Amino acid sequence: MLAAPPDAAPNPWFDWSYVRDNADTILTAGEEHVILTVQTILIGTVIALPLAVLASRVRWLAGPILGITGVLYTIPSLALFAGLYPFVGFSRNLVLIGLVLYALLILVRNTLTGLRGVPDEVRDAALGMGYGRGRMFWRVELPIAVPAIMTGVRTATVSTIGLVTVGVIVGFGGFGQLIVVEGFNSNFHRAPIVAGTLLCVALALVIDLALILLTRILVPWARGREVAAS
Amino acid sequence: MSVVEQAIRWLNDPVNWQGENGVLYLTGQHLAISFAAVFLGCLVAWPLAFWMGHTGRGGGVVVVLSNLSRAVPTLALLTLFAVSPISYGPRATVLALAVFAIPPLLANAYAGVRSVDPEVRDAARGMGLSGGQMLWRVELPLAVPLIAAGLRTAAVQVVATATLAALVNGGGLGLIIAAGFGLQDYGQTFAGGFLVAALALLVEGVLAVTERWVTPKSVRRSWRRARPTAADPVPVPAT
Repeated sequence: MLAAPPDAAPNPWFDWSYVRDNADTILTAGEEHVILTVQTILIGTVIALPLAVLASRVRWLAGPILGITGVLYTIPSLALFAGLYPFVGFSRNLVLIGLVLYALLILVRNTLTGLRGVPDEVRDAALGMGYGRGRMFWRVELPIAVPAIMTGVRTATVSTIGLVTVGVIVGFGGFGQLIVVEGFNSNFHRAPIVAGTLLCVALALVIDLALILLTRILVPWARGREVAAS
Repeated sequence: MSVVEQAIRWLNDPVNWQGENGVLYLTGQHLAISFAAVFLGCLVAWPLAFWMGHTGRGGGVVVVLSNLSRAVPTLALLTLFAVSPISYGPRATVLALAVFAIPPLLANAYAGVRSVDPEVRDAARGMGLSGGQMLWRVELPLAVPLIAAGLRTAAVQVVATATLAALVNGGGLGLIIAAGFGLQDYGQTFAGGFLVAALALLVEGVLAVTERWVTPKSVRRSWRRARPTAADPVPVPAT
């Protein structure tokens, strides 16, 4: 058991003067956090969509895709970063690729759920109206799947915002830089730790709210029967 | 020399397995920290969940708690405990991880007790069972599958999250990875990642078997129904 660090200087939990004096550092960290999150979700969605379509069209592929999902979920983030490190190096890409892999799992599952939820009668009706495969996908199946897809996007976003902090291991952790580098590693300075934590939670809540609004704009007809968030 | 060869060489060196920073000691510490955290979490979460499930009160609290816990980064909570008066080290790690174990334990145990068929409850009341007897003899036995599922989720999550404690001097197997990154040593980092992933998968496997084993045959049918399918909301990765 290690002895308590001596509290010689005052070390308050919250300190406005820290926020004021380090506005630049905080803004840089926030920018990094937001950009990493947005990139992760955009790249993840672009990859997840074709994968989910493949899994919904080719029956036997659904099992393996969902199975790999389950196993990857059990692997801790730091172990995943460690596995990528020799191949990607000490870089921002290490964090981005790791985050995309985790987000992908949530996104594929939810997109698949959404596509499977399209009623057969609706498909029959579209075919009867002379829709081709491609047009049916973009005009009928995808819009019906949007609420489920957006639920996945919301879950993936909140989880990504938390995971970005682990990027501190290679120096790209967004608010994680405040928590570990400015806080813990700087003589256990509490103010940056609390500020970083609160900003993470606030960011998660704000982006989640923005995504709820976006869903309402995308699928106004689904209002009130949105897929419940997990 | 390939990365895998470097990692195997690292794993083959007996020096890396011995002492206070060796694989054996750190694995033991990792498991001890995880066990203590889950145990503490159960002590807090289960009585509360049983009471809430039995009386039907506090369902909103469960939802709010599990949503809120998803928004707080695990690393942040580990660091907050490490700079609290508890000070950094395994003790702070145990407490931080116990806090994270509570939402899944609480939610599943609550859902388990709550989901008991109202007709079964009526029958028990009609047989003259008191509130306490009903909880112990009817509701809890029927809730075992979900309670066990919650325990497994929480335990796997805690074992995974304990890895991050290494970033704030909290002990555990993550130290090998953190040190590997610090030394920019590909072999050690990769070997550490392998060990941590293997431990997490092993714990998951052992608990999956245990979960099946402790579930009475009579309730296995509902147990199977409680298993996740593609349609279920996806659990969030632990860390």
